[in-house]
Amino acid sequence: MLVTGPRTRAVRRPSYPVTREIDEQTRLGEAYMRSLLRAQLRLAVGLCLVLAAVVVGLPLLFAVFPEFSEKTVLGIPLPWVVLGGLIYPWFVVCGWWYVRQAERNEDDFAELVDRPPSPDDAP
Amino acid sequence: MNTAYGLAGVLLVVVATVLIGVIGRISRTTSDFYVASRTVTPLRNASAIGGEYLSAASFLGIAGLILAYGADMLWLPVGWTGGYLILLVLVSAPLRRSGAYTLPDFAEARLESMAVRRVASILVVLISWLYLLPQFQSAGLVLRTVTGAPVWTGGVLVAVVVAVNVLVGGMRSVTLVQAFQYWMKLTALAVPLVFLLLAWRYDGAPGLAADTPPQFAERTTVSVGLAVTVDVVDPVQVVVDGRVDGQPYENGPLTLGPGRHHIAQNTSVTFPAGAEVPHVSDRPATTDRQWAMPLDGHPHSLYATYSLILATFLGTMGLPHVLVRFYTNPDGRAARRTTVMVLSLLGAFYLLPAVYGALGRLYTPELLMTGRADAVVLTLPGRLIGGVGGDLLGALVTGGAVAAFLSTSSGITVSVAGVIAQDILRGGVRSFRAGTLLALVVPLALAIAARALPVADVVGLAFAVAASTFCPLLVLGVWWRRLTVPGALAGLIAGGVLAGTAVIVTIAAGPPEGLLGALLAEPAAWSVPTAFATMIVVSLCTPGRVPRGVARMMVRLHTPESLAVDRGTWRPKRV
Repeated sequence: MLVTGPRTRAVRRPSYPVTREIDEQTRLGEAYMRSLLRAQLRLAVGLCLVLAAVVVGLPLLFAVFPEFSEKTVLGIPLPWVVLGGLIYPWFVVCGWWYVRQAERNEDDFAELVDRPPSPDDAP
Repeated sequence: MNTAYGLAGVLLVVVATVLIGVIGRISRTTSDFYVASRTVTPLRNASAIGGEYLSAASFLGIAGLILAYGADMLWLPVGWTGGYLILLVLVSAPLRRSGAYTLPDFAEARLESMAVRRVASILVVLISWLYLLPQFQSAGLVLRTVTGAPVWTGGVLVAVVVAVNVLVGGMRSVTLVQAFQYWMKLTALAVPLVFLLLAWRYDGAPGLAADTPPQFAERTTVSVGLAVTVDVVDPVQVVVDGRVDGQPYENGPLTLGPGRHHIAQNTSVTFPAGAEVPHVSDRPATTDRQWAMPLDGHPHSLYATYSLILATFLGTMGLPHVLVRFYTNPDGRAARRTTVMVLSLLGAFYLLPAVYGALGRLYTPELLMTGRADAVVLTLPGRLIGGVGGDLLGALVTGGAVAAFLSTSSGITVSVAGVIAQDILRGGVRSFRAGTLLALVVPLALAIAARALPVADVVGLAFAVAASTFCPLLVLGVWWRRLTVPGALAGLIAGGVLAGTAVIVTIAAGPPEGLLGALLAEPAAWSVPTAFATMIVVSLCTPGRVPRGVARMMVRLHTPESLAVDRGTWRPKRV
């Protein structure tokens, strides 16, 4: 089977200083990469922690306070309403929010790295 | 269920699948993936991912487990959806950007090691066998429910159709077909459900809050297909045609005393109205109220719930057929957006099985006695609606179930056959064919040999193995520069051996009683942390073995495609 790589620019533009720093793996380039990774990781870990709090918390809530499970909404027990319905749209909202934030991080990074060299940067 | 209608449903889906396979063969001038990567919209792509992902476990299994075990099982579909959220957040864009086509590809690209690649290949094969086994078993169940054919025939039918399709070359990556399968499965569950709910309303909308176990609402004849051992609580006067406890009866009366009774195959037992439904012997009888509440009625249920959550949330990213589908996204950003859409599609689908489970508790409680709770989705339309309408709706759910086996099995078989051909055999078309047969024959033999297990339980075990092996590899590989070759190997092997042992014990012998049984039936809670810890500790102990190109690989995984930077030269090998 034929497989394509990720879409990349067909023609490489002349490298601006920062992309060259990244290409040549200088200390500055590494610092830029680390800042991107840290921003993305912070976002990912943050969302995972929120998710973990909910999925670890719900069984605990049901275990410690059984009266919560007894509550009903329109005749349906609360655990069924939450786990059988409400949690799915919440997942989608979380995912949608994550995508926006992750793309924003990438845009910030791209802007930082890809901007044309300003007169100040000239030697 | 009406045999003719049901069989028509099965045949229609099988014939359509084979036809599309043959047409796919004719039209395969350029690579489907190449075309797909440029023209497929995110919605179609997401539908294809959903279509391939929603297996028999989702279509039949969840409703069955909810019927039997109640509210705790709601976590299963939640986890199978949440797994995509974790996948989105932690690995989706980097995985697409890596350019890896299979999990072993990623292992090789990231760690620059053939040894890690080989271990990853073996794990992919084992996980996929574990995933295919219950698909074949439930295919047997469906065909038996519809036509009364022996249970092995369904598995053989699915295996043959999948083999023909994969060998002919269709279904291979026809995104459109898989996308269609998602909507087919959604329709096949949603449309009958509307009628079932109307029938339930007409019946006075009975609830499930009684303090008694399920009872037969009216005089009911239960046909036991496969021999079963049941527990009876209160003595009950029944009429038996067949063998009970070794004694033959011909429509003779019998009083079943409290305790364990063995009912031979092809026996029918008629219960009077109001009698309590006996339960399969390894399943505790719960009252409807306990059933509706989480964490009620089973020992160690809090541990089991947490372990299930861990396995499903972390296991999704490690399934063999999930990564391949990400390839049809043009870039990392599209991969993220597609994943959000997958979340919506899965969320919409997973609203349905729980309702089937609850209705099944009301109207088909005898499935608790025959131990065939997985059949609840197939049985309900005929039971509640009846007539031609019920038959047609029954045929629709049957067709949806067949679509579920075929799409998931095809997806897994294709990805595994590629791995077997490339990493275990010599590569090339002949190896791919041999790989296809190998990928199908072993789980088929296991499905026929092994005892019948609830489909969603076995799929759950496959998730546990994936979570204990590939999840640490992918997460640490994407985010942690200090991962080393020995660390990755040690973690994969530790996770694989621990989770694998638990799986073998659970499937071969059934989990033992008590806490040990709970630990073995749901291994993720201890095997996943162990695998992560092993990978991290061994990596820290071998700092000299960090792959040389890790900095370049990090650039490749994390920088947006719009930037012109050097991403290295690694490309996956092609089959």
